[in-house]
Amino acid sequence: MIRVAVGSFESPTLDYALIAPMLVVFGAALVGVLVEAFVPRRVRGPVQPALGLGALVASFAVLVWVTAPEAGATAAEATVAMDKTSVFLQGTVLLLSFVAMLLFAERGVDPSGDAFAPSAASIPGSEGERELVAVGARQTEIWPLAMFSVAGMMLFPAANDLLTMFVALEVLSLPLYLMVGLARRRRLLSQEAAIKYFLLGSFSSAFFLFGSALLFGFAGSIRLGAIHDALGTQVGLDPLLLLGTGMVAVGLLFKVGAVPFHAWVPDVYQGSPTAVTAFMAASTKVAAFGAILRVFYVALGDYSWDWRPMMWVVVVLTLVVGAVLAITQTDIKRMLAYSAVAHTGFLLVGVLAVSAEGISSTMFYLLAYGTTTIAAFALVTLVRSGSGEASHLSQWAGLGKRSPLVAGLFAYYLLALAGIPLTSGFTAKFSVFSAAVAADATPLVIVGVIASAIAAFFYVRVIVLMFFADPAPDGPTVAIPSGMTVSAISIVTVLSVILGLFPQPFIDLAEQAGVFLR
Amino acid sequence: MTDFPWLTVLGVLPLVGSVVVAAVPNGRELLAKQIALVVSLVMVALVVVMSLQFEPDSADAFQFVESHVWIERFGISYSVGVDGIALVLLAMAVVLVPIVITSGWNDADDTTAHRVQTYFALLLALESAIVFVFAATDLFLFYVAFEVMLLPVYFLIGFFGGLQRSYAAVKFLLYSLLGGLLLLAALIGLYVVSVRQLGEGTFDYTALLGLDIDPSTQKMLFAGFFFAFAVKAPMVPVHTWLPDAAAAGTPATSTLMVGVLDKVGTFGMLRLCLPLFPDASHWAAPVVVTLAVVGIVYAALVAIGQTDMYRLIAYTSVSHFGFIVLGVFAFTQIGLSGATIYMVAHGLSTAALFLVVGFLVRRRGSSLVSAFGGVQRVAPLIAGSLMFAGLSGLALPGMAGFVGEISVLIGSYPTWPVAAVIAVIGIVLSALYILIMVQRVSHGPETENVRGMADLVPREVWVVAPLMALILAVGVYPKPLFDAVNPASDRVLEAVDAVPFTPDVPPADPAAEGGETP
Repeated sequence: MIRVAVGSFESPTLDYALIAPMLVVFGAALVGVLVEAFVPRRVRGPVQPALGLGALVASFAVLVWVTAPEAGATAAEATVAMDKTSVFLQGTVLLLSFVAMLLFAERGVDPSGDAFAPSAASIPGSEGERELVAVGARQTEIWPLAMFSVAGMMLFPAANDLLTMFVALEVLSLPLYLMVGLARRRRLLSQEAAIKYFLLGSFSSAFFLFGSALLFGFAGSIRLGAIHDALGTQVGLDPLLLLGTGMVAVGLLFKVGAVPFHAWVPDVYQGSPTAVTAFMAASTKVAAFGAILRVFYVALGDYSWDWRPMMWVVVVLTLVVGAVLAITQTDIKRMLAYSAVAHTGFLLVGVLAVSAEGISSTMFYLLAYGTTTIAAFALVTLVRSGSGEASHLSQWAGLGKRSPLVAGLFAYYLLALAGIPLTSGFTAKFSVFSAAVAADATPLVIVGVIASAIAAFFYVRVIVLMFFADPAPDGPTVAIPSGMTVSAISIVTVLSVILGLFPQPFIDLAEQAGVFLR
Repeated sequence: MTDFPWLTVLGVLPLVGSVVVAAVPNGRELLAKQIALVVSLVMVALVVVMSLQFEPDSADAFQFVESHVWIERFGISYSVGVDGIALVLLAMAVVLVPIVITSGWNDADDTTAHRVQTYFALLLALESAIVFVFAATDLFLFYVAFEVMLLPVYFLIGFFGGLQRSYAAVKFLLYSLLGGLLLLAALIGLYVVSVRQLGEGTFDYTALLGLDIDPSTQKMLFAGFFFAFAVKAPMVPVHTWLPDAAAAGTPATSTLMVGVLDKVGTFGMLRLCLPLFPDASHWAAPVVVTLAVVGIVYAALVAIGQTDMYRLIAYTSVSHFGFIVLGVFAFTQIGLSGATIYMVAHGLSTAALFLVVGFLVRRRGSSLVSAFGGVQRVAPLIAGSLMFAGLSGLALPGMAGFVGEISVLIGSYPTWPVAAVIAVIGIVLSALYILIMVQRVSHGPETENVRGMADLVPREVWVVAPLMALILAVGVYPKPLFDAVNPASDRVLEAVDAVPFTPDVPPADPAAEGGETP
């Protein structure tokens, strides 16, 4: 924290080497705003993607070559903990965001340009909107928004005190609320999703902030390490601790979409432009789980006897509700959304282990799940009918005959989501389950296995539909994407295959990173 | 040549062949078939050469061992090796493949929706999975092969099957996946036990044999393993998928499915359930044996009532699997060896039955018994083959089935006298269901149904002749098989009887019991 003495001002030590990756992305976001303000519209089209993607690559490079060797210290007056866990999670966020941003830059799939409304503020179907479409106006504000969001996601899991964490939460969330409402097609659905996400999201942020205040009341500090220390020394303030833990948990569990805070997930996943859904599903989850791990391990690790029962209930509900409701879905994006809820449950199983294994297995799961889910949504963008994406399941019937490649890849990713051996999903599930069993959470693993079985059913059902059903006569077409989507899908596919067949190097990385700085 | 990676080559060669066959361009279907046949024949040659190098009396439990670290973190390795039991079953499977390829030469020609290449590629892919499942000495590798094996069968039935293929394929998959998930849960449990006892988790079979698992855990793990294998085998009451799948698949598919795939279930009981969970095996044996005996009699009775020949053969197999399970759970050397020989014999005789019936069905377009009559007058070779296959199925002395059946009965009488006596009823019933079918199809006056039916063509003779030769060879001179299998059976017994166990019934003198013959 900044110390201000009477009559003097001591400038804070920032440890630039440690926070440089975040600064690069924040910088790109600010430059992006300037580009929006001063660069002509025609030029913005190519400039913004180049800036954004370039910044992500640069940030990743800085993270690997500058920050990683220095990792293991706090930075910026102990507000940011740059341990190896942070490095791993930030790297994962950057990687997944880069792939998702490639999808943002896709211009070959939708006949009228990219997937975003030219002007989000114009009323759907209005004269103004038609004009913008006619002149081929292009949405470029999404790039600085996305950059801010990525920067927030990098800070979120690295935050070392609750206030920094709250700021990161807002920095990552606010742009997301806007991005959700930017869909070019089905704009009302998109705007509804944005409003819903915003209302529920700000509500949960308030919970988080209130909880932080209560924890401050308990420990006399917002530092996670200080809360940990206070657990051993403070007596008589249990109500504050209990309420604070619960409320902070609400805020965090909302972000990952755990039941009963999952109501927004299907609507927002469905309404958002699919590229944004991919970004949200992968990167946000990584960041939010990073924050959950940090709060519950660093600050409240010794308090696990009290919060574990609550989490058990949440995990069981999340697994069951996610898997069961996914069966009833008829829209592919909603199905993937409920599957995301179920996967939140699997990830929480890893969190509940409260052990080094728990951290590393959760992080490995995040990487594996992130790549898979981005790929799945990327493929969804390609299957189109006249009015945009053909997201109704019945339209996917017989896709295997129309486009064996897209259907085959989608089938592979569904199997990976289902956790079939030799895919990344299996290794990931195996590691969280074995961590949980080692921590005596066997009943949870049994629920998890049952949920996997239910989930396998609806994933396989889609595969059956694609390969065994006869194609509908007016079925969807498969768009031929530009190099952007192709490279996005290629990157995640290579990664996913490696994670499935030869996961050892990544497991090693996650294990080395599985120790928090306190 | 001892360093030659026999098993890896056997496992990978069909996989490579499968890819090559799938890559054959349209219009060159004949080439695809020829490649598939050549690959499968090379496999036979390899397996013969390998078997000649096998030393039955070797002190090592496994021969042709290869081991490479795969996923170090979970103690997963790529480890293969065979003992006598695995070698015999593996050889049986490899020998059957060229035979089914020859028999199914024209199976895929009628299907327009799917390529002929796919059919043969799937058959070869299945062969690869089968080799790995028998050769794996790492339980994870075994599990992967066990699950991967499902996929080719699923597609073989779903793409190329007859009426109701979709229903049968899905039923097959769901039953198998359910079993597979329980196996997975038990496997994770076993892994956790290994973590606790050895400090480091492992899936290595030999290392796991050394564990000392407490009885209640054993029972749970045993239940998981056993259920998966009982579904696969299949045992009553989880057998209902088999008749549907066998009736819907092509004869070649059904042969591999019933003749080889289902053996993985009984092989798993023998190789994994008994040695890994000795206490639980003794504990569960009464129930298992009861189910086996119920299966023997019940399935035989149901078989008598079948009007469809494929379904009839499927039910005879369920009955025969009862015998195999009875032999496995007899806990005597002759019972175990007999069960193994019975598996081989059943593979050969079921292949003969399915394939000969397949020839009939292909000529007539119906698999109902009532669609035939007096085949002997028009097609004496087919009728003769059917008779021969039937006699082998009912275990006529001098044929392979007899050796297995008599050994199982001799081996199980000391342990389970009542069960063995009831099982003899199954032999009587087997004469009924086979002979009634043969009589209705072949004998009597020539009917309108079969007028002008062509007799076996040379290709079909090449299918039937090797099977007959093998059936007779095993029936008349089974000594080499027993020599190969007995040491392996002894090892299994050693592991099972490592715990103190006194049977409720004092062991009788096996020599006093003559074999009942049909």
